[in-house]
Amino acid sequence: MITEIGHFALVLAFAVSLFQMSVPLYGAARGWQDWMRAAAPAAIMQFILVAISFAALTHAFVVSDFSVKLVASHSHSAKPLLYKITGVWGNHEGSMLLWVMILTLFGAMVAAFGWRLPLGLKARSLAVQSMIGAAFFAFILFTSNPFWRLSPVPPDGNDLNPLLQDPGLAFHPPFLYLGYVGLSMAFSFAVAALIEGRVDAAWARWVRPWTLLAWVTLTLGIALGSYWAYYELGWGGWWFWDPVENASFMPWLLAAALLHSAVVVEKRASLKTWTILLAILAFSFSLLGTFIVRSGVLTSVHAFATSPSKGLFILIIMLIAVVGSLGLFAWRAPAMRSEGVFQPVSREGALIYNNLLLAVSCGVVFVGTMAPLVREYIDGTKISVGAPFFDLVFTPFMVLLFIALPLGAIMSWKRADLAKVMNKLWWAAGASLAIGGIVWGLQSGAALLAPVGLALAAWMFLGVVVELIERAGWPRASTGAGLRRLMRMPRAEWGKWIAHAGLAVMVAGIAAISAWERENIQLAGPGDVMDLGMYQLRFDAVEELPLGAPFAVVGCDFGQDAWLKGDEPRNFATQMGRFTLLDGERELDTLCAEKRYYPVAATPTTEAAIDSNILRDVYVVLGDRQLGNGDWAVRAYVKPLAVWIWFGALIMGIGGIVSLTDQRYRVGAVVKQRKAPAAVPA
Amino acid sequence: MNGLARAAMLSLGLALAWPAAAVQPDEILDDPLLEARAREISSDVRCLVCRNESIDASHADFARDMRLVVRERLVAGDSDAEVRAFLVERYGEYVLLTPSFSIQNAFIWLAGPAMLVIGGGVAWVTMRQRSESRALAPDAPLSDEEAEALQRLLDDESSAGR
Repeated sequence: MITEIGHFALVLAFAVSLFQMSVPLYGAARGWQDWMRAAAPAAIMQFILVAISFAALTHAFVVSDFSVKLVASHSHSAKPLLYKITGVWGNHEGSMLLWVMILTLFGAMVAAFGWRLPLGLKARSLAVQSMIGAAFFAFILFTSNPFWRLSPVPPDGNDLNPLLQDPGLAFHPPFLYLGYVGLSMAFSFAVAALIEGRVDAAWARWVRPWTLLAWVTLTLGIALGSYWAYYELGWGGWWFWDPVENASFMPWLLAAALLHSAVVVEKRASLKTWTILLAILAFSFSLLGTFIVRSGVLTSVHAFATSPSKGLFILIIMLIAVVGSLGLFAWRAPAMRSEGVFQPVSREGALIYNNLLLAVSCGVVFVGTMAPLVREYIDGTKISVGAPFFDLVFTPFMVLLFIALPLGAIMSWKRADLAKVMNKLWWAAGASLAIGGIVWGLQSGAALLAPVGLALAAWMFLGVVVELIERAGWPRASTGAGLRRLMRMPRAEWGKWIAHAGLAVMVAGIAAISAWERENIQLAGPGDVMDLGMYQLRFDAVEELPLGAPFAVVGCDFGQDAWLKGDEPRNFATQMGRFTLLDGERELDTLCAEKRYYPVAATPTTEAAIDSNILRDVYVVLGDRQLGNGDWAVRAYVKPLAVWIWFGALIMGIGGIVSLTDQRYRVGAVVKQRKAPAAVPA
Repeated sequence: MNGLARAAMLSLGLALAWPAAAVQPDEILDDPLLEARAREISSDVRCLVCRNESIDASHADFARDMRLVVRERLVAGDSDAEVRAFLVERYGEYVLLTPSFSIQNAFIWLAGPAMLVIGGGVAWVTMRQRSESRALAPDAPLSDEEAEALQRLLDDESSAGR
């Protein structure tokens, strides 16, 4: 019954979306206020209906209602409650429902908080948002309905893919969807602005928070996925340039570009058409990502098992959205006038440089991701484009971007003096070069990766320090006066500093782990001591934990999920290797590396044991047992600065959030509004 | 989609498993230099039955066989390029994770630099034009209405001044 209510609510939401995409739009064209005003309540209604629908599906998963086909194929009665809930979006149909729920949530937020928005812009952007919604409601209802019943009802379910039974991955999709779908808001505002033919500072002020929110959640979502890959896949890789990863990375790059260009629109009334184009492209890449993940056109380690027909449906949605919006862009954009005047060497110029490099690097990822399809189409040859290629062609653009970042960040608007800028940064540049040189010397030549990467990281970090000193007015101002001045800086400035510092931290982590990782792969049995360079690793024992043993194990640090589930019984059998990390005689930590076997899905997984600190991770994986002497294959790694990668991403995300709390974006902050049109009842 | 990958996907089904990856202890060559080269090569060779993994990272039996082939060739004295050529001859270009630098693949390699040059050129020209036209060129001539309004203002001014 509850399931049917959910199904019905979804159908109603579809109907409301059809209303919302047409009536306010027509009203806005005619100037009928009542019709325009219909958009906001409709958007809120849509969200409520989808939320009911989503709650109904969640209920089916929680109570393990196996008469619902989706629950039967993706859940199991013996699964921990956490994964029953996250299982709702651990499959194609449920994740699409989550996707539209977030889409309608954003629409409802614009409706609820956007009371200062000009009525026409609000009506039009909500209508565009609803067009996207309607397309995906149709997609769900006609091709991927999560509410289908099953008869006869099976006694138990097929279980969720064990790799997804993990907190890192459980919360990875919602964050990603918040990001993808958040970009839809920027897209809707862009299309609405094209229809209106007007882009001003108020528009940019409305678009930027949505883009920020999307970018922050994408950053966190990608970082979660990356950290999951790191500890779950058994050798500590954290980025694979897999098509599906690229699908999330491309919108991220464009969202980052959009964030920067929207600043120019807001402050300098320049780059308007380019910003509109970016907003359209960023969401188009989100749709492309959805298409890649759901269609299986590219071989990826992630793909949901879905059919080409579903892919075709999304392809059509994508083509309509992209062709339609770009067509509108080609028609309306030339009429938009940019007002701000600036010299190439200026903050505006630097932000254009930033946008150019981010857009080109996105293009590089795009070409690389699609190349196998293109080449096969041209002459039928199958080729692969994998991680080594992307490392090679993507990195140079990032180097160009990072070199310029501190320079651009302190340039003044309109016209900047490069000599003056360098004058402020010379000691940061000198220190970074020195760091790079020392690193190069210490590692006795070898690859340039670490010296270059760490020098760039230092350069960007010190660039932020220089900016702080500059803004505080030190050393002229007293310490206290400088600090007070810094505290009074707008939150958006702080966001920028924090995010740039986070980027520096991440780059340092990437450089160090890529250049200096140390590994030891060998056969070992209990009692053996393995050499890890600065540490030793003692193999203590292998314990068998049967199905149903509690998650928490005495003497082991919490595994990745024990802290969430404590005494709940394990829904898998475990072989657990206990290791002790030694620094000479001193025992540093106990490491518990697991090999798991999930009986329902008949799938093994590994859980690496990781001892993390700020300088390095020690990473241990228990491999297969050898037939001969009963020894185990053990892989142990020391990964320098590993956590800096995700900490850096987290700091970047925090920077975004701080920027989001800037007064300018608070509800009702958009005061620079033209005289409110007199309310004339139609 | 290509048949091989589809067959692999079907055989793996949803329950793809990719635990305990890669090189097994018994595969490792005694000569560390040779082993390092083997690792370098294998991280650029696709495991053909996997979805998108190098043979260095994959735990599939097939990947193990390929890793052993790579090491055999190296021990036999092949250069890195010869090992790659051997694999390409045997399995096709698909096996290389870095596409070869050829005419057919030119678009893959040149797309980035081309986009940078073109995009940079367009941005530069637009910026120059805009800053020149705004900074140097006189403002657009007044429309008739504006000219009239200006004239009226001037007239008022002069009459008030008298």
